[in-house]
Amino acid sequence: MKTRLDRAWRGLLLGLMTLFVVNVGLMIAAVATSSFARRWLGTWLPEGWTTGWYTAAWKEFQLDWILWVTVEVVFAVVFLSLLIGVPAAYTLARRNFIGKRALMLLFLLPLMVPPITYGIPLATVLYKAQLAGTINGVILANLIPAAPFVILVMTPFIEQIDPNLESAARVFGASTARMFWHVLVPLLAPGILAASLLVLVRTIALFELTFLTAGPDSQTLVVALYYAVFAAGVRAPQSVDAMAMVYMLVTLVWLLIALRFVNPTQLVSRVKEQPLTA
Amino acid sequence: MSRSSARSSIRATLRGREAPVSATTLARAPFDRALLLVVPATAFMLILFVYPFLYGLGLSFEPKEGGALGNYRHFFTTDNLWPTIWTTLRLAVPATLINVGLALPIAYKMRVKTRYQRWVTTILVVPITLGTVLIAEGALTYFGPKGWLSQTLQLLHIYDGPIRLTHNYWGVLISLVISGFPFAFLLILSYITGIDPVLARAAAALGADPAAQFRHIYLPLLAPGLAMCFCLAFVQAFSVFPSAVLLGSPAGPTRVISIAAYEAAFEQYDYSLASAIAMIMGFVQLVIVAAVLGLRNLFYRGPVTGGKG
Amino acid sequence: MSKPADPGTADPALAVRLDGITKRFGEVVALHEVSLQVQRGELMTLLGPSGCGKTTLLNLVAGFLVPDAGEIAIDGVRVTDLPTYRREIGMTFQNYALFPHMSVERNVGFGLRMQGVPASQITPRVARALKLVQLVQQEHKLPGQLSGGQQQRVAIARAIVIEPPLVLMDEPLSNLDAKLRIETRAEIRRIHRELDRATIYVTHDQDEALSLADRIVVMKDGVVQQIAAPPEVYAQPANLEVARFMGYRNVLELGVDAEHDGRVTLSGSEIRLTGVRKQALPGARACVAIRPEELVMGDGPGGLNTIVGRVENVEYCGRDSLIDIVTASGVLLHARAARPAALGDEVRVHVPVERALVYPSDAARA
Repeated sequence: MKTRLDRAWRGLLLGLMTLFVVNVGLMIAAVATSSFARRWLGTWLPEGWTTGWYTAAWKEFQLDWILWVTVEVVFAVVFLSLLIGVPAAYTLARRNFIGKRALMLLFLLPLMVPPITYGIPLATVLYKAQLAGTINGVILANLIPAAPFVILVMTPFIEQIDPNLESAARVFGASTARMFWHVLVPLLAPGILAASLLVLVRTIALFELTFLTAGPDSQTLVVALYYAVFAAGVRAPQSVDAMAMVYMLVTLVWLLIALRFVNPTQLVSRVKEQPLTA
Repeated sequence: MSRSSARSSIRATLRGREAPVSATTLARAPFDRALLLVVPATAFMLILFVYPFLYGLGLSFEPKEGGALGNYRHFFTTDNLWPTIWTTLRLAVPATLINVGLALPIAYKMRVKTRYQRWVTTILVVPITLGTVLIAEGALTYFGPKGWLSQTLQLLHIYDGPIRLTHNYWGVLISLVISGFPFAFLLILSYITGIDPVLARAAAALGADPAAQFRHIYLPLLAPGLAMCFCLAFVQAFSVFPSAVLLGSPAGPTRVISIAAYEAAFEQYDYSLASAIAMIMGFVQLVIVAAVLGLRNLFYRGPVTGGKG
Repeated sequence: MSKPADPGTADPALAVRLDGITKRFGEVVALHEVSLQVQRGELMTLLGPSGCGKTTLLNLVAGFLVPDAGEIAIDGVRVTDLPTYRREIGMTFQNYALFPHMSVERNVGFGLRMQGVPASQITPRVARALKLVQLVQQEHKLPGQLSGGQQQRVAIARAIVIEPPLVLMDEPLSNLDAKLRIETRAEIRRIHRELDRATIYVTHDQDEALSLADRIVVMKDGVVQQIAAPPEVYAQPANLEVARFMGYRNVLELGVDAEHDGRVTLSGSEIRLTGVRKQALPGARACVAIRPEELVMGDGPGGLNTIVGRVENVEYCGRDSLIDIVTASGVLLHARAARPAALGDEVRVHVPVERALVYPSDAARA
């Protein structure tokens, strides 16, 4: 029942998709190849192979320090965003109150406005508060898109937990604390795990906010990579590529872990169009 | 409290929801401690998002010289500042049109949940996760004059000589498509799969061929989501920064507005001007978003499930 | 099973003709060589438990699925390879599938627009269809603003306004509450009588099937069990599956003592029954199926077909009561009586010979 036109159209779309995926894949492969190349100037494959660039990059870019900073920032952001995001999501999911819609809009804004737009005024304020250039400043800055994202992910998750379960616990004599610990937390655990992994992956790759607020000793991996590429003219490109590979590895490892627990589309759900009630 | 409102309030409490507040109960309603849970997040947002924005707005009206509108006047009269709006639009609009324009038909074709669809969505998440900096570095290597693409094209005699796709407009555009298309695709796909496929079947049973099904059923129901996707994709593309610097030529053809703002803040240490440029940037985005959403309001905005869900 | 007839011979009296339809989903055989004929103007219900293949069959006729074997003809035209939008059908769906972005008027007129009917003719036809389903003054509302019952009517109007030779209905009443279901059932009956179009109606509710159908097709596990008018399906189910589905709650497996002239005597567990043979009985044991309302209080004529037991449970149902009876040997029976008995009472019930239907026992079936 498929017409020839339909098949041609399908072929075209498939072709475009393949072209896209193949090119992106080759792009990544190019970086990988370059990072292991002894010398590579305009030939198909490099003239020789070495892992020397990795050690060079490690020393040159102080990757051990950078990785540590990244770990600090990312885990702090995950922890804090959960701390303030999950309770807020609970209230938003379970309660109706005046100003709820305005509050939800407030929480959605940082996800819709691109980081660089609010990052510059933010950097100014942090500078005034003498937090600019410190790791605390970086953590705070990265929290701004992270906490709303937790709320966005957790709210529908909590909504789909039957509220009768909480009432049932109370009927059977549980105090609020015990109900929370024995009923809510176990049910919320998968959602919290998903939210943490998503925030983790996003924060590793979040460039603009850290870029605008970090000092020389509070750079995350992605910002350090930027500076490395920026100054690539004076450096051998292979060491930059080696660093890029380290970044990619870190990101992909956590992405793969995250994908075991979350649906790929959740990574991008910034604003899901909610069906408006009549 | 009347008996019926008491009953409904008990039922509501058992359901875990706040009872509908009537005038009589408002006076006696106990304070709901759950509302406290939302205070830290609200306070955080107010302090770190709203306040800096307002502060920046105010700061933009306090230039080093020239009165309240000094910064803005300076922006629109300086030759390396005001053209940045056009330069950025020249990049953002085509990139968004390409991203959304390609994402729609491809996502539509893939709306049936198959293993193929799952593979593709997983693969497409990778460029998004890797981020713009890595894409820029990868593009420099791959799309560069000595990269594999250049060599392949020369080998196939499609192009003579090294290609010039980096350190110019095209490099940035390519990078915007690589980072923007997966996002648009995944978003549109989620909208399309939210449309009940039974609606298409009903249309078919009424004589609509596949093209008519798309035109009369999917497209009108998608229009609001498409508009949203366009806005989000545009806003993302308009704020391009690292690719414009690394992959473009920030001195001229790809001097985007975010670069201007950055320079004002971190090279000239003129935070007032930087805030003003950030405000202008936000304003332009707002105008375009408002225009697109205004167009969307001409279309239907209701639920996308058919009948009693 | 009739052998598949030549689909080329268009029989003008047949609205739908299915020959040897088989459909597989992976390893599962959803339909096994199903053959059916629907007459013009007939309302045929496909009845059966979930998973029996009735919805699959409907989807095949509609064209959403392609059969692995067999032929389908609608109105004399072979449609097996034809996509849905080229088949002449009208269809309603379980969740109504009204286009949420179109008003009632545009929903109903959609099929006509697809056919290229000029706008000047669409408006009066839509108005007529809405009047038929008794839904006027709602033309400009959106589906989201209508109640479930109203949405159902719009769905029906939309399906019939294009005047198709065949109407397909997929469990149209299952999303309505009990009261609305009975009202809408009467509506559907009235509309069908007025329009007199062939209709295939899928349901799992036997009351619906009995009250609406000209003929019922009882299905189980992808195989047609019986095709007959409602009274016959009700009173003379073709096999034990159909009997069980149609409410013959008492199924006793007993040993066959004798068989003569269609009458069978059986005994077991201190019960002796004489019943009517419905199918060939290959084994030494057989099943007797009895409707609860036909297990009557009191002794049978001459003590025939009488069972003694103790009342274990009584459910008052208003106009009668459901009584659970347990015999001395532990056999559980269900009866319906006009007057409730008391718990623990000893009662005697009997069943007329014609209403004790005898089928081969499960174990004996090949």
